[in-house]
Parts: sequence; C-alpha cells; structure tokens
Amino acid sequence: MQEKLEQLIAAIDERTGLRTNLQHFLFEEIPASSGWHQVFGSIALFLFLCQIFTGSMLAFNYAPTPGDAYDSVRYIMTEVTGGRLMRGLHHWGASMIIVIVVLHMLQVFIWGAYKKPREGTWIVGVVLLLLTLAYGLTGYLLPWDNRAYWGTTVTTQIGATVPVMGPYVSRILASTGDIGVVTFARFYAAHVLLLPPLTLVLIVFHVYMVRRHGVAPAPGDESKPKKMFFPEQVYKDTVAVFIAFAILFCMAIWAKIPLERMADPTDSSYIPRPEWYFLFLFQTLKVFEGPLEVVGTVILPTVAILALILTPFIDRSKLVKVRQRGLAIGIVLLAGLGWAGLTAAAIKSTPPQTEASSIDFAGPIEWMQLTAPQMAGVQYFKDANCASCHNVTGGTPKAGPNLADTGRRHDQSWLLTHFKQPSATSPGSTMAPVNLTDPQLNDLASLMLKLNADNATVVDTAPEFAMKGAVIYESKNCGACHKLNGVGGVIGPPLNGLSKRKTEAWVAEHFQNPQKMSPKTPMPPYPFTQTDMQNEVSYLFTLPDKAPNP
Amino acid sequence: MSTHNAVHPHGADGQTRRNFQLVVLNLLGALIGAALVLPTLVYLLIPPKSRKSGDWIDAGDISTVTPDAPVELSFQKTRLDGWRLVTEKKTAWVVKEANNKIVAFGPACTHLGCAYHWESGSKQFVCPCHNSFFSLDGKVTAGPAPRPLDQYVTKIENNRLQVGELKRSDA
Repeated sequence: MQEKLEQLIAAIDERTGLRTNLQHFLFEEIPASSGWHQVFGSIALFLFLCQIFTGSMLAFNYAPTPGDAYDSVRYIMTEVTGGRLMRGLHHWGASMIIVIVVLHMLQVFIWGAYKKPREGTWIVGVVLLLLTLAYGLTGYLLPWDNRAYWGTTVTTQIGATVPVMGPYVSRILASTGDIGVVTFARFYAAHVLLLPPLTLVLIVFHVYMVRRHGVAPAPGDESKPKKMFFPEQVYKDTVAVFIAFAILFCMAIWAKIPLERMADPTDSSYIPRPEWYFLFLFQTLKVFEGPLEVVGTVILPTVAILALILTPFIDRSKLVKVRQRGLAIGIVLLAGLGWAGLTAAAIKSTPPQTEASSIDFAGPIEWMQLTAPQMAGVQYFKDANCASCHNVTGGTPKAGPNLADTGRRHDQSWLLTHFKQPSATSPGSTMAPVNLTDPQLNDLASLMLKLNADNATVVDTAPEFAMKGAVIYESKNCGACHKLNGVGGVIGPPLNGLSKRKTEAWVAEHFQNPQKMSPKTPMPPYPFTQTDMQNEVSYLFTLPDKAPNP
Repeated sequence: MSTHNAVHPHGADGQTRRNFQLVVLNLLGALIGAALVLPTLVYLLIPPKSRKSGDWIDAGDISTVTPDAPVELSFQKTRLDGWRLVTEKKTAWVVKEANNKIVAFGPACTHLGCAYHWESGSKQFVCPCHNSFFSLDGKVTAGPAPRPLDQYVTKIENNRLQVGELKRSDA
C-alpha cells in the first residue's frame, strides 16, 4: 500500500513536478539569524487567504446593492447559522491584517532588510500595503449602514478635492452627486473583482523576489551554519499563524461586530468616523484648513508614500546589526508616537455617540418588539426597584419569586391588586405596595404579562432613550391615535416604519408644529424639551420597520 | 514531505526537535483547518432560522365550484425569501369531490414542475411538457409523472377556501 502510494506520487511528480518544486520550495537554506522576528509575512499571507475565503462565504448570502445589502448583512448576522462568526472573521480579519502588515513592514525596516539587492521586494511590499488599505476603504461601504454611508461620503469628497485629478476621481467613483447604486457597484467590484487578483499577483512576485535573493541575512551570518526553512522556520511561522488566528477567532465570537441603522442620506445628525486605522489621516486633515487643505489630503500622504518607496535608496548604508540601527528605531518610535497621538486626538474629539446610533442592530432586539406600555413598564420596573427582590433572568435567588413567567400564572387584575396591596393576593407577603399611579401600574402589569424566559433580558437591554421615549408616549396618550408595534389607535398613521418614511428632523419639527408639516392633521403640538424630543424621536426611529407578530 | 531525507539532523537531539516541530505544525495546521471548515459546513448546510409567515391565506369563494369542473383559484402569498419578504401570486386547482369535499392541488406537475391545466373534454389534468395526465383526484393516469399531484392543506370558512402549506405527495 505504502509502496503503491509512493509509486503514484512519483508518477504524478514525473508528469507535473509538483513534489520536486514543493521540496525545492521547502528545503531552502536560510541564514542562521532567521527566527521568530520573521513570522509576520506568513501571518499576513495566511490572513489574506482567510479574508478571501470568508469574503467568498459572505458573498454566498450577500446582495451587493444598497438596501438589499443592509438587509442581507443583517440576515447573515441574525438568521444564518454561523453567519455572525463568518462576518466576525471577515470584519476583524480586516483590522488584523492591517496590524500584521504594518508589523511586517516595521520588522523589515528596523532590520534594514530592504537594502540592496532587495529594493524591489520592499517597493512591492509598499504597494501591497496600499492595496490592503484599499480593501478597507472599499469594504467599509458594503454593509450599507449609516456608518458605511457617511464614512464613504467623507472619503469620496476628500478624493474630489485632489487638485487637477479630483473631478476624474469623482467620476471613476461615480460620486459626483450623492453616493448611490453606481458608487456602491464600483466599490463592490473593486473590493471583490479588481483588488484580489492584483494582490495575488503582487504577493507571488513579492515571495518570488524573497526567494530569489534569499532571506535577508544579519551581519555575522556568513560564519555560522545555515538553517533549513523546513521544518524549523515553517514551525515558527505556523505557531505564529495559529496564535494570530486564535485571537481573530475569539474576536469574531466575542467582540462587537458593528451594524448600525440602515444608511439614511437624510440623517443630518450622524457624525461619521472612519475605521480606526484611518483615524490618524482624518485627524491630520483637521489641522489644515481652507487653501491649505490640500496639504492634508494630498501632499502629506503623497510625501509619506514616496518616502516609503524611496527608503532603500535614501538609506544605502551597509547592513549592520539591529542594535546599531538607532536611527531606524528612532524613526519608527517617532512615527509610532505621531500615529498614536493623532489617533488619540481623533478619538478624543469624537463626540460621544448618541445612544440610539450606537445600538448594535445585529444584536438582541427583543426590546424593539415591546409595545409602548410594556416599554414604559420597563422604566417603572426600574423606578419601583422590583429587581431588588425579584429576578427576571437567572442569577442568585432573591426574596421574591422569579418574574419571568408571571404571565402564565396571573392575569391583569390579579397583578393590579397585588401591586396595590401585596398581602391581599399573596398572604404573608412582605412586599411593599408599589408606589405608582394607576396608569403606570397598568403599564407595569402589561410588561409583567409579556415577560417570558426568552425576552426577560429586555429589563436589562432596553436602552434609556427607549424607556424615556415610551414613558412620554404613554403620558401623552399617543397610543389613542397611533399604532406602535401593532397596538394602538387608527386615527393617526402607524409609527412602525417611520424611520423609512421621514427624517428625524422632520419628526421633531412635526411635534412642535404638526400643521406646518402636514396641514390637515388633527394632531395637537407637543413642545417637548430638547432631551425629551431626542429620546422620543430616537425611540420611534428604533422601532422595527414592520410591527412584529403578536 | 516527512519522507524526504535531505535534511541536516544535528545528531539525535536535532532529530527529536525536528520530529516535535513536525508534530506541532501539523497539529496546529489541522486545528486551523477544522476551525474554518466546521463553521463553514454549519454556515452552508444548516437552514437559516425561519420566521413563520402567515398560516392561512384566503383563496376565494368556492360556493360556485361544481363537482367535475375544477377551477384555478389564485391568491397572494407572502413568504420570506432569504432577507426579503416577497408577496407572490400562487394558484391552486380546486376540485369539489363527489362527497362535497374540497381538494386544492398545487399548480405544478410532479414530473418537472411545468404548469398543467384541466381539459374538460377528456376530463383530466394535462401537462403539456411531457404529456403527463392526472385524474380528477390527482392520480397519475399516464405519462412520466412519478407521483400524484401535491395538495394544499385547506379549510373552509364561510364558503371561502383557506389554504395553508403545500404538502408533497407520496409516490
């Protein structure tokens, strides 16, 4: 059997040369100084292949057109088994590959491995770095949520300000007007059709040149016996790849994978921010204003890229030990400090997101399904400190019974009696009467009847603005005229899907002066305070587009 | 690759280390592979969590349907197609049997899914694609169709036909 297999492999090798070439590739001699510091190239290559794979898998369930794109990403995140993991690997893989590529470059820079005759390897590497950033830029738009839309709006407008080339850049990106289907199609095509083959070709060229010149030696290597690439370095590379992948996998499972509200071109309150690795550029732009803007948008980035490309020609000194490359290490430290400073400044200058815009729309959304009385009930649940004696989810047992299945055991009238005079329904109960008004007790009862083991987490996950918004909604009796999540009157329009029909500004204006916005409406004005208005509008805008099934 | 002998073992020590490295790199490689392949299989093979769409759909008045004269009723069905809710027109061939029982057949031939129709002359359902014939009770009388016509789950409310899901018939 062994012999037969050996014969088969030999026969295949005779015709294809596969084994001979693989062996030629693996049994390469590398300098004695090679080791753990050279693993980053392998990690970058692995992550790139991983991105191709997870990206292809996502494309199996993704519709690359605005609107549908958002729905399908949400479908991947919430309905497809393993979909959240798949997107997590792709999302965090993108960040990770940037980190690794930069580490790879820093290693080569600090060790001076770009020196003659390896200038070409370095330059191709710089181009690969730019391609990696291009993936980040084009991929950012593809989930078509608010952050994608507004982030890309800023990016394309920066492209448009480039002197001379600006209008052409805009035309290529089809971004002269608003960002729409055409821009989206082009970003998608670049991301999945243009960039990957280009990257693959350059990677092959990059690796070919590494092999052509051999792994860069350190001074003193000549006198020591050489090492073998396989298995020693391959072992180190594999361990490093494994550690990187393990970190990525954990992030894909536990870290937040952002998906905000669907892109809303009319949302004037949205404050766009780029992905973390572009924040330093974003901050640089802020330094240069007016006619100087071009310094930040074009001149500085161009100078930086040119400096990178020309590095091997600027530094033509002889190869020395790492410890003697003080200048190189100094430059790296300075650049790192500058990068960290700019990024920190950008993060600091980012106003705290309004709670509504930071909602993870891919996360649990039980609270969005509550009716207004139930949502207000969550507020009263907190006001009355019910949780000090009762559990609703798991946890250490408390004095009172768990409330997750109240709805199966009691009805509305029992609950109302119980709230007002606990011992009347539960003899011997030490519970204090709930100090709320009758309408508020009704809301609390409606929440109690709704709670079950599946949705009990709403008392923890319901955001502040939604509870406050629902309390206002209840106190103004909005439900007399409007339907919300399937409950309420029919005089006014249902409020689910409001975010699709109107802008937040329009709704706020409408509260102040209904007749101005819709002349024939019988709705009275509601001059809310600014905080109330913010809460109320955010609440209405985070409702599901369609009322959930009762 | 492990069979290759052009290595430089630095004595027995070097050989042990080499073996250790080979084991570790194969093991870690297999782990990474499994961590990618298993979720992918789950991702591709397990059907998405389905949200139930409305159960009964009103297909129309059936008080005028007479025995021996099937009628094709059309109705709107809303279902979840991946990430979008689609409303599509569906039809059913409604037959009133001798005992006044109402049966609603799915509109597709069980052979290759062509739309069949009722021929009142020969009193049978005819599929024009490959000449499959079905009797009034949906059984195959001739042709390549492998099983009787599929039937909708139905109920009658106030003389109106309510259709549920389409049940695949047994061969």
